[in-house]
This record gives sequence, C-alpha cells and structure tokens, in this order.
Amino acid sequence: MSEAASIYTVDKVLLVAIRDNITDTDIINLQEDLSEKIVNESARGVVIDIAALEIVDTFVGRILAQLSSISRLLAAETYIVGMRPAVAMTLVELGMDLPGSKTALSLSHALRSLKAKGLA
Amino acid sequence: MTVAPTTEVSRLLREDFDNVLDAWFATQKREGVRRPDLFSDRESRRQLADLLRAFSEALVQIDLDAPVDIEAEAWSELRLALSEITLVRTERGVAPWEMTAFVLALKQPVFEMLQERLIGTPDELLRDAANFGRIVDAFAMHINEYFIAERDEIIERQRAEMMELSTPVVQLWERVLTIPLIGTLDSMRAQEVMENLLNAIVEHSAEVVIVDITGVRVVDTQVAQHLLRTAAAVRLMGAEAIISGISPKIAQTMVELGVDVGEVTTRPTIRAALDEAFRRVGFRIGRVEDNRV
Repeated sequence: MSEAASIYTVDKVLLVAIRDNITDTDIINLQEDLSEKIVNESARGVVIDIAALEIVDTFVGRILAQLSSISRLLAAETYIVGMRPAVAMTLVELGMDLPGSKTALSLSHALRSLKAKGLA
Repeated sequence: MTVAPTTEVSRLLREDFDNVLDAWFATQKREGVRRPDLFSDRESRRQLADLLRAFSEALVQIDLDAPVDIEAEAWSELRLALSEITLVRTERGVAPWEMTAFVLALKQPVFEMLQERLIGTPDELLRDAANFGRIVDAFAMHINEYFIAERDEIIERQRAEMMELSTPVVQLWERVLTIPLIGTLDSMRAQEVMENLLNAIVEHSAEVVIVDITGVRVVDTQVAQHLLRTAAAVRLMGAEAIISGISPKIAQTMVELGVDVGEVTTRPTIRAALDEAFRRVGFRIGRVEDNRV
C-alpha cells in the first residue's frame, strides 16, 4: 500500500484517506489497491476523504472521478468527503465538477447516508 | 541646489510681493472664485501668501527655460502648500474648477506687471511671460490630478465596502444557509460570493444553501454560468444548492438564452426554497393549533 494514502475498513465501508503529499504514482497504486479491496471484502460503500488535500490539478481531479466510477462498477456506493473550499473552486474552474460522484460534508455525513441505505 | 540666472519674474515676486498678492486677490475676486462666503479675506490672503512665498522661493532654484517638472525637489514646498490649501478649500465645498481658476488667476496680474517692467525688451518679456504661464498651467493641472486621485480613492474604497456588504451569508436554520444576491453579479463578485459561501458551509456544517437571486437585476448567460458554477462547487463540498428567486420573466429569459441548469434545484421564491431545504434536512414547520392560549 502506498504511504500517501491509506485504506481502512470501518464496518463494511472502505475509508480511503488521501494525504496532501500524494504523488501521481501513489494515486495509481491506490486505484489498484482500492479496486482489489472492494472485491475481496465485498464492500458496498466507499468513502474517500480528501480533507488533507490542499492542491489539485486536472490529474487528481480525473483520478477522483475514476475512483468513484470504478467503485460504482464494483457495486460500492462512493462518497467524496471533506473537500476544502479552495479545492472545490479549483475543480469547478478546471471544469471538473465530478458529475458522477456523490459528495458529503464529512465522513460522518457519508456514513449516515450509507447506513440509511443499508450499505454500512 | 543650483542657482539659476535671476529672471525678471523672480525679481518681480521678490521685490513686489505685496502688490502681486493684492493683484492676484483682486483677479480672483473679479472672476468670482474667491468664495467670500466660505473664507474670510484674512484667511484667503494668508493662503495666497503661503502659495506665493513658496512659488517665489522655488523660482530662484530652477531654470525657467527648462521643461516644468512639478515633481522636482525645488517645487516640494509649493506642492505641499498647494495640497494643504486644496484640502482646506474643498472640505468647505469649493469645486474643482474653482480651485483651478483660483491658481490660474495669478497669470494675468503677473503678465501685466512684467509688461510694465520689461516694456523696453519685448523678447525678454515674451520669454518670461511664456515660462511663467507654463509653470502656473502645470500647477493647475496638478490640482486636477489631485482631485482625480482623491476621487479614485473614494470609488475604490466604496467598491470594497460594497463588495463586503453585498455578500452576506446568513444561517436560516440548523444546517441551512442563504446568500441573498443583490445588484449585478460580475466575475469578481461571483468569485467573492463563491468563496464566502464555501467557507460558510465549512463553518456551519451546512447541508443546504439557498442562493437567492430575487435582487439580481439582470440574468444573462454569464450570470447564469456563475450561478451554476457556484452550485457545482457547493455540491463538491458535499452540500446542496437551491437557486431561488427565479421570476417568471427570468425563467423565460434563461430558456431563451439556452441556459440548462442540469440537476441544480431551482425554486421561484425563497419561501418555496426554504420549504424544500427543511424537507432535505428533516424538519417540518407546522401550525400550532389554538395558539392564543
């Protein structure tokens, strides 16, 4: 597993914490780790916490969209949580408003939504 | 400090100081820019004397034939005196043109006095008069610059204040925010709105924000674009945006312009938007039966 991103299992939900110093290679590794873990643990919910992320570019934006698309294909509902205002503004500026991804204010908000749907 | 060759102008100002002062004063009176309603004779005379003294002191330091550079060190005393007097006079309601005429009134009496002194040497008279005219003109323009700079500063300050006043984010209810937009929504304000709103979402852990455009005068494609981007950013943060205050007329315009709001929720009134917001955060407002008890 890459050092700049960690995957934890909470209940039946996979929690992905992305740190600020994440590199492009780390992200690609994360993509592989996450897809394998979803299948192995038959997780129905994924929460990607990007509260630590201060800088985004088109690459990170694209990977975030890909992560949620992959999880969705593997039948796990995915939430991106904790986005900072500056990051949100940058993504909108770049035209990457992640139309296919679900978002929530925080980890607890996402968990509540997943529980309400019986996925956690 | 370089001592320039003494000219008749500087000699005149030194030797005939009081007469020049009187004549300047008289010209202002004749041209109606003395404003006796705002300044007593003594006060006005003192102002003129300050200016004239600074003027005459600077004249001996500069080369009259060179181009006028009012930012030069030699003029610093006069610049200072001039801005002080301009400030005092404008504070009491003197108009910019009056202030310019106030200074320009020095030209005519000095020309006349020079003519008397240099009647025998027309070349010298012409040169001195022209040079003197250039300097007085330069200072008249300097006054105008001063007014423009002053006004620009006021405009800039008011713009900043308006910016602050015009983007208040208000908490309507637990987890519900609203930002009532008023006036015009240009790119700069749109940026400000988005920043304030997103920061408020974090601060209040808001889940629903109502962007109310009842007070927005014109909705064109650009304004619509700003609104939709704000809504997109709000969604990325994990909250939901409701755009309210869309009048029937604005709805028609938006469709005619081909604006597609996509999945963004819209409501005609802020009341309807609040209703929807309550539903989403799980509150309900109900009538209290027999509320007069």
